[in-house]
Amino acid sequence: MRYPPMLGPATAGARAGTDAAEDERTSQSRGSWLLALALSLVLVLGLSITTPAAAQEAAPNDDVAAMTLLEALDVDSFPAKGDAIDAIVHSDDPRARDWLQALLDGRLQRAGDGRFVVVLDNTGRDWPVQDALSGEPLGQMSRRELDRIGINNALRNQLRSAIAVVDLYAADVGLRRASAERLLGEVDGDLAGPLAEVIEEEPDARVRGRLVQALAIYRLEQGELEAIDDLQGSLHSRVRVALNRATNGDDPIVADAAREALNGIEQMLKVNRAAETLYFGLSLGSVLVLAAIGLAITFGVMGVINMAHGELIMLGAYTTWAMQQLLPGQPGLALILAIPAGFMVAALAGIAIERGVIQFLKGRPLETLLATFGISLILQQLVRTGISPLNRTVITPEWMSGSIAVNDALSLTLNRMYVLGFALVVFAALMLIMRRTRLGLEVRAVTQNRAMARSMGIRATRVDILTFALGSGVAGLAGVALSQLTNVGPNLGQNYIIDSFMVVVFGGVGNLWGTLVAGLSLGVINQVLEPWAGAVMAKIIVLVFIILFIQKRPRGLFPQKGRAAEG
Amino acid sequence: MDSSRLWLLRPFGERSTLIFLGVLLAAVTLVTLLHVALPPGHPLYVNAYTVNLFGKYLSYALLAVAVDLVWGYLGILSLGHGAFFALGGYAMGMYLMRQIGDRGVYGHPVLPDFMVFLNWDSLPWYWLGFDMAWFAFLMVMLVPGALALVFGFLAFRSRVTGVYLSIITQALTFALMLAFFRNEMGFGGSDGLTDFRELLGFNLRSSETRLGLFLASGVALALGYVLCRAIVTSKLGRVCVATRDAEARTRFLGYRVERFQLFVFVVSAMLAGLAGALYVPQVGIINPSEFSPLFSIEIVLWVALGGRATLYGAVIGAILVNYAKTVFTGAMPDAWLFALGGLFVLVTVFLPKGVAGLLALRLRRRRDADGSFSGKEASA
Amino acid sequence: MSILRSLASRDRVFDFLVPAESPVDVRHGPILYLEDVTVSFDGFKAINDLNLTIDDGELRCIIGPNGAGKTTMMDIITGKTRPDSGQVWFGSRHDLLSMNEPDIASLGIGRKFQKPTVFEVLTVFENLELAMAADKRILPTLTARMNGEIRDHIDEVLEIIGLKALHARPAGILSHGQKQWLEIGMLLMQRPRLLLVDEPVAGMTEQEMERTAELLTGLAGKQSVVVVEHDMGFVRSIARKVTVLHQGSVLAEGSMDQVSSDPRVIEVYLGAEVEEETL
Repeated sequence: MRYPPMLGPATAGARAGTDAAEDERTSQSRGSWLLALALSLVLVLGLSITTPAAAQEAAPNDDVAAMTLLEALDVDSFPAKGDAIDAIVHSDDPRARDWLQALLDGRLQRAGDGRFVVVLDNTGRDWPVQDALSGEPLGQMSRRELDRIGINNALRNQLRSAIAVVDLYAADVGLRRASAERLLGEVDGDLAGPLAEVIEEEPDARVRGRLVQALAIYRLEQGELEAIDDLQGSLHSRVRVALNRATNGDDPIVADAAREALNGIEQMLKVNRAAETLYFGLSLGSVLVLAAIGLAITFGVMGVINMAHGELIMLGAYTTWAMQQLLPGQPGLALILAIPAGFMVAALAGIAIERGVIQFLKGRPLETLLATFGISLILQQLVRTGISPLNRTVITPEWMSGSIAVNDALSLTLNRMYVLGFALVVFAALMLIMRRTRLGLEVRAVTQNRAMARSMGIRATRVDILTFALGSGVAGLAGVALSQLTNVGPNLGQNYIIDSFMVVVFGGVGNLWGTLVAGLSLGVINQVLEPWAGAVMAKIIVLVFIILFIQKRPRGLFPQKGRAAEG
Repeated sequence: MDSSRLWLLRPFGERSTLIFLGVLLAAVTLVTLLHVALPPGHPLYVNAYTVNLFGKYLSYALLAVAVDLVWGYLGILSLGHGAFFALGGYAMGMYLMRQIGDRGVYGHPVLPDFMVFLNWDSLPWYWLGFDMAWFAFLMVMLVPGALALVFGFLAFRSRVTGVYLSIITQALTFALMLAFFRNEMGFGGSDGLTDFRELLGFNLRSSETRLGLFLASGVALALGYVLCRAIVTSKLGRVCVATRDAEARTRFLGYRVERFQLFVFVVSAMLAGLAGALYVPQVGIINPSEFSPLFSIEIVLWVALGGRATLYGAVIGAILVNYAKTVFTGAMPDAWLFALGGLFVLVTVFLPKGVAGLLALRLRRRRDADGSFSGKEASA
Repeated sequence: MSILRSLASRDRVFDFLVPAESPVDVRHGPILYLEDVTVSFDGFKAINDLNLTIDDGELRCIIGPNGAGKTTMMDIITGKTRPDSGQVWFGSRHDLLSMNEPDIASLGIGRKFQKPTVFEVLTVFENLELAMAADKRILPTLTARMNGEIRDHIDEVLEIIGLKALHARPAGILSHGQKQWLEIGMLLMQRPRLLLVDEPVAGMTEQEMERTAELLTGLAGKQSVVVVEHDMGFVRSIARKVTVLHQGSVLAEGSMDQVSSDPRVIEVYLGAEVEEETL
């Protein structure tokens, strides 16, 4: 876990100059508004103010006053700590936000000599710390020398709200956005006035929009009809709560307008929900495509049934895990390196399977199926006894976690987005290999007429090995991608093998486009069914659908036609 | 009409069937005698647990015979025969559940414990009738048969064969497994059906009943074997082999191949159901894991190891693998999956005709050395 | 639904039809009649507007270079491939396009494949037994018993194809030529009205070829025989009427002498053949 950067007094000053918009505000107005907001916040939270006078008198950068403020935190009673937090909020000390944040994160601690320190990294036995007042690094301290300032849930909420208000004045747009977000539905009469002025001065459109909505919710509560205009089309759940409350209000005109606004929002929500289902469907579909496309090559092109395909996927996933073990602290780099590594590991395993078993079973597809099933059992058990029967944790790098919020109702998780993109890239690469390279040409030649291809000087055995390696390698890639979405364990492959076969058979054997369309559409169908049938039932329905579909079109969606296929 | 009786008796004219039945009879008799006649302390005494274990092997052997009938003679590699076995087992399990009556944990006179637990107030319609033994025993064969009929009708009509068929049979049993895992299905969810007490009034926990079930499994195996043997030695059996080796050619000879496939597939499914019904009272539980694709594919291994298209090979394979499994999982549980996986590879690569193939090879060598070609079944 | 239908129509299915009582109506013309048949695979027209008429009792040879559509034509007649358009009639009563392979086989159309396909693990005797015209439904097949009449019939055919001594051996051990004969024998067991024979002498020795020619010419008259063959010498030795296929349609038709002097035929086929032979 990485902490947000610590902002000491020096850096805070330097930062002020970075944002041109920031310069328009005088530190004077900033201070007074901060005070007003903080005061109203305290009222919102219904907490009494015990030391307002002292706080107001505290001059900025006064270390003695600051020490007093922090000393007040080091008490046993939580209510007393709450008061101390208020005092800090009111102190106008530029370091206040950092203290509050550190306190919230449990990193504000007191050293044995009575100094307050902020812990920078609390893993291991000795922790690097810096002085809470001066911001100077103090080197490492043993955890035994340190005493944490404990907080409870109520204090945690208080801290978050306090930081939100403080953050509205932060130079960082991200902080201001997050803060505005938290104010939705929390605005009251005392906050409304100052907020209106903050809105005027806010340079960022998104923050302004949010604050307008936050204010509008308050205005709506006051029965102001025009407020509904500001809430129109917002998908935020708190806005909907406010509008809902307004429909039951005394003023029929406001209630009607609120109802109308709600209807509009409901329509937009439906569209968003459909978009979300589609996204999840495509995401699931891309996983299916990744898992199946390697199979489409070995099964479709070579006619080889590889039941160990799932375990090749598993190998890819474990390669990712192993890479992260080799490069601790760099999960992102490890993941990127795992892509070629996973491909190679699975491809080599595939070559071993092809040379060791499959080549002896040429022309006996059912026996191949049984033998490769045996291999899948062995590989699973190898992982179970060699590594562990338990699931391994694969870390999702920071740039892959989180999500993109399209709007308030729809946010797309990044890891799924990456996997979707990855699947498409792999697919495109495979298409290129099959269509544009010598290997692809030879593979197609061997597929269509083995004897003829041989007589034309194509080494069919070499083509077999390369094709199988390619198909297996792609399974490894699927494993690398899957490690970001699901548990990495010995059963990983088993869970995907039947689905993968279904995708290949559904799409039409020997047709990569078919696999793509089949995988994506099965993913979407599954997601569409899930809400009303349940996850398991949706899966059953899809399986039965495919079983019936195969009866109707035994050669899948995109069958190969012609004499060779009739055989 | 006597001709229709004759085809069933035809296997008794074969030496291989007589040998098989003789060995089976001898083995069953021996186990029974060692169990009944010897005092428990005797070194050769076979205890009730072992009798029970052998009974389980025999029901597995019947299942393997059913799989060999479709795989060995029809060339259809079913990766879903576990589903028919499990359905037969569930039909039997439902009967045994109803026999518990009000002696369950919740003491409800009609509803099985798990339904009381789920707050159901009446039996679902498909549980009706299972309190009657004759109905349940009929369903043991009819339910798997009906599923095989519908599935096979669709599949064979569209000429889904080879690996495609294998894959969709696997999907079938997988879908059923998922379905039976659901509590809402009314089959006890992941716990399945268990805590059985009586079968036809006999206490399932008594050693006499266990011996009875062991003997019943032996008889069922013998009958199933003779039936399958009668089928494969008939002209219909030769049509099956013809279909297996050259389906198109068989069609051009005027045989409606899909109907033959369907007939044999349904017979096989019913035998598998019977095997499941014998299995369940002996192990005392039936749960959705019997539907798992792994189990179905394991059955195929038994047949492959024993030697396909021989029927007796399937019996040998089933007993060998399951005996090995009992020994391995007791002594070195981790090694079992390695051994099983290794068996799959070794058998398919090095022993394509299985143990029976080795036996037959030795016999044929001896016969060839004699220089005589024994008569053909067709003219018998 | 179709289960019910097939059950209901069980007694009307043409399973048990001895060709002597065949309902094939040839009073009004040919036994086989193909009109404007077209079939394409992925845009490639394997058969293109094919018209072909075979008379009752005729022995017809069909020649043509590779890819001329000979095998596809046989696939269409026997119900294996459905044409995109056109008509195929057997006699004047049976629309072959509305029937499946077993029905067509039961009507009395027998087919010998290009690659000899016999049931290798079954004995020669059993191969013939399966081919025999009989009730081919499930239960009659299950309860079928061997009797003297059937055995005599099989023996007779064994005699014709010269495999009597090998009757108890699995068909898999037969030589290539012997397999071809066994397959012809299986066709004879079906007592067909129309025999479709795809490359009967491929891989045969000179001697075997002569015997095959004898066999086929002996059959003509009683049955209609269509022979697809590459070997010009063989075609010349048996042919009365020859049809030349090219690119899926009929290029020329007539006696061997007529077609072999046709300049178009020489260009597209015989020319190529000569070249091949000189190579």
